[in-house]
Amino acid sequence: MRRLLLKGGRVLDPSRSVDGTYDVAVTGGRIASIRPATGEPPREEGWRVIDCTGLLVIPGLVDIHTHLREPGEEYKETIRTGAEAAAAGGFTTVLCMANTRPVNDNASVTRYIKKRAEEACGVKVLPVGALSVGLKGERLTEMGDLRDAGCVAVSDDGMPVVDGSLMRRALEYSRIFGLPVISHAEDPLLAGDGVMNEGAVSTRLGLKGIPRHAEEIMVARDIALAELTGGRLHIAHVSTRGSVELVRSAKKRGLDVTAEATPHHLALTDEMLLGYDTDCKMNPPLRTVEDRDALREGVKDGTIDTIATDHAPHSSIEKDVEFDDAACGVVGLETALGVVLSLVDDGVLTLDEAIRAMTVNPSRAVGIDAGTLEVGGAADIAIVDLEERWTVDPSLFRSRSRNTPFKGMEMKGRVMKTIVDGEVVYDREGKSS
Amino acid sequence: MLDRKDILGIEELGRDEIETILSTAASFKEVSTREIKKVPTLRGKTVINLFYEPSTRTRTSFEIAAKRMSADAINISVSASSIKKGETLKDTALNLEAMAPDCIVVRHGSAGTPRMLAGYLDCSVINAGDGAHEHPSQALLDIFTVKERLGRIEGLHVVIVGDIAHSRVARSNIHGFTKMGARVTVCGPPTMIPPGIESLGCSVTHEMEGAVEDADVIMMLRIQLERQTKALFPSIREYSRLYGLDAGKLKRAKEGVIILHPGPINRGVEISPEVADGPWSLILDQVTNGVAVRMALFYLLLGGARE
Repeated sequence: MRRLLLKGGRVLDPSRSVDGTYDVAVTGGRIASIRPATGEPPREEGWRVIDCTGLLVIPGLVDIHTHLREPGEEYKETIRTGAEAAAAGGFTTVLCMANTRPVNDNASVTRYIKKRAEEACGVKVLPVGALSVGLKGERLTEMGDLRDAGCVAVSDDGMPVVDGSLMRRALEYSRIFGLPVISHAEDPLLAGDGVMNEGAVSTRLGLKGIPRHAEEIMVARDIALAELTGGRLHIAHVSTRGSVELVRSAKKRGLDVTAEATPHHLALTDEMLLGYDTDCKMNPPLRTVEDRDALREGVKDGTIDTIATDHAPHSSIEKDVEFDDAACGVVGLETALGVVLSLVDDGVLTLDEAIRAMTVNPSRAVGIDAGTLEVGGAADIAIVDLEERWTVDPSLFRSRSRNTPFKGMEMKGRVMKTIVDGEVVYDREGKSS
Repeated sequence: MLDRKDILGIEELGRDEIETILSTAASFKEVSTREIKKVPTLRGKTVINLFYEPSTRTRTSFEIAAKRMSADAINISVSASSIKKGETLKDTALNLEAMAPDCIVVRHGSAGTPRMLAGYLDCSVINAGDGAHEHPSQALLDIFTVKERLGRIEGLHVVIVGDIAHSRVARSNIHGFTKMGARVTVCGPPTMIPPGIESLGCSVTHEMEGAVEDADVIMMLRIQLERQTKALFPSIREYSRLYGLDAGKLKRAKEGVIILHPGPINRGVEISPEVADGPWSLILDQVTNGVAVRMALFYLLLGGARE
């Protein structure tokens, strides 16, 4: 196994309150040492030295919400292309949701995903098992089997769990295995056939709106059920001010609830829809400035634990169509860090808040061992140039899909290298090695 | 000529552009009264009427307008089910473009579709109604009709009654009449008033009698009877009693009030027969003027130097 020395970078690890100039030594895929930078070359031969002067060295990013589309929709994304997109975005661990075809509701599908992940570029792909068989919302999956096969959480994400008693049973039953339940909070009857946030912009555009309350009612229900059951609840893609307040008050009451927000909900508003760009159509939809600002405040005060992409690749077949008919979802792995670091550059978040929400917090939310730079731990690392300005060009994506609302936008801050278990899996200068 | 390729909505038109369209329409109106109702202005031009929703009046009006300008008009009716066969909107657009039309008139149930088509196409696109978004030629003919009868738009109070939430006619008319200096009030049950409609520049009331009293122009919208199943109103009977325009409610209106309806009317639902057929009703003038306004649109988009 190669020996790596990351020399002279600014090492930032919110999990251990480390922020300073250090040399990080990696041997055998693990972090051997983190020492104050000396400026000296290594004494022995056999080290690959990466000069990180002027660069940021952080734990590899963790995304607990992606859709990698395999098995079943490989024309949109495969586990290989999704993992490569993750690596290009600085992610070293990603969770992939269960709404594949077939659904990941049994151990054989989980094992298939794990096998495909092993054949990919090295980024750790951890499956999320379905909560209900076939995502139908009728009967629980065999969560023990799913856990043993490698699932780290359960969720019907993409579909809300409409039946409150099923959600209750899921929160109770999953406790045996310590599996978090990830809730896609949406009342489908209130959401109706809405295609964007309900408000002045939907009225102007003549598009059907989805009221915020379609989300908030289900967030409130699931928090109540978490209180009832003592289950481990994680709320996916929080998008409204009301939801942020519900989670904040649940945490104040001491409930074991975590929540995520996406980069697009943190950065954009429903005004993006004014040109009917289907690449701005997703569920939950982009909301208003007030909601966006509440999400930002939520990240700052820890109400929103983590920033997760909800990476949802779709091809032109789903997107180059009428707005009402277009599929919901945007890709996010290759823009997430740029978007979040641009928020840092704008003074919205501190660098520590941003990196915390993309490393240690998501790892804790789903109880996985990642998102930290610990001596003896896995050498999963991202090297970032905070100063580089770049423009999002979807044609350069490693993802198989191009559906991003950030196309053409300027970002500040870019991934230079991504390292998994001591191996460079993405290198912006030398491509992947 | 208009300095634009497409007519996608009233929202994007300036007041000067609306005035140009109105004055051009006034000059074309005379053509329809001739014995030979045709001018050679757009000879050799091709107009495709691409209708994804059923329409008799609007499609016929565009077709007659094109033919009176000597353009070749082709009608394509696409049922919503047949387009779900896998062809993307972009493919449809590029296939039509390959036949070199000069203008595509499109009606679609999904808001924003004309804008998407216009982005894919080099030829002109006219929006003939998209979802609940806009129906610009309807608003233009409504403004034309009011101006023809009352001599002005500035300072008038226009009241639009009905299902505002689902109405493209309402949106285009709110934009159009406010741009021309009128005051617009929308009226209907709260279930039919979309959130934030005031941001388009109108005011809102749920009370019909007061709205009628203060109106110079009352525009009644067609009630989609099937929406009753979506619980927007409990019964036709109650809707008609609260928001239908009949002689009783009209008694409280100003002398000289005029009544518009984009058609087709549901007699006895949103408008009573005696009101629809009364002297204050300009419903058939609207239809006549629709041809003139659409001739003007074709002329202003296709008649210039874009050869």
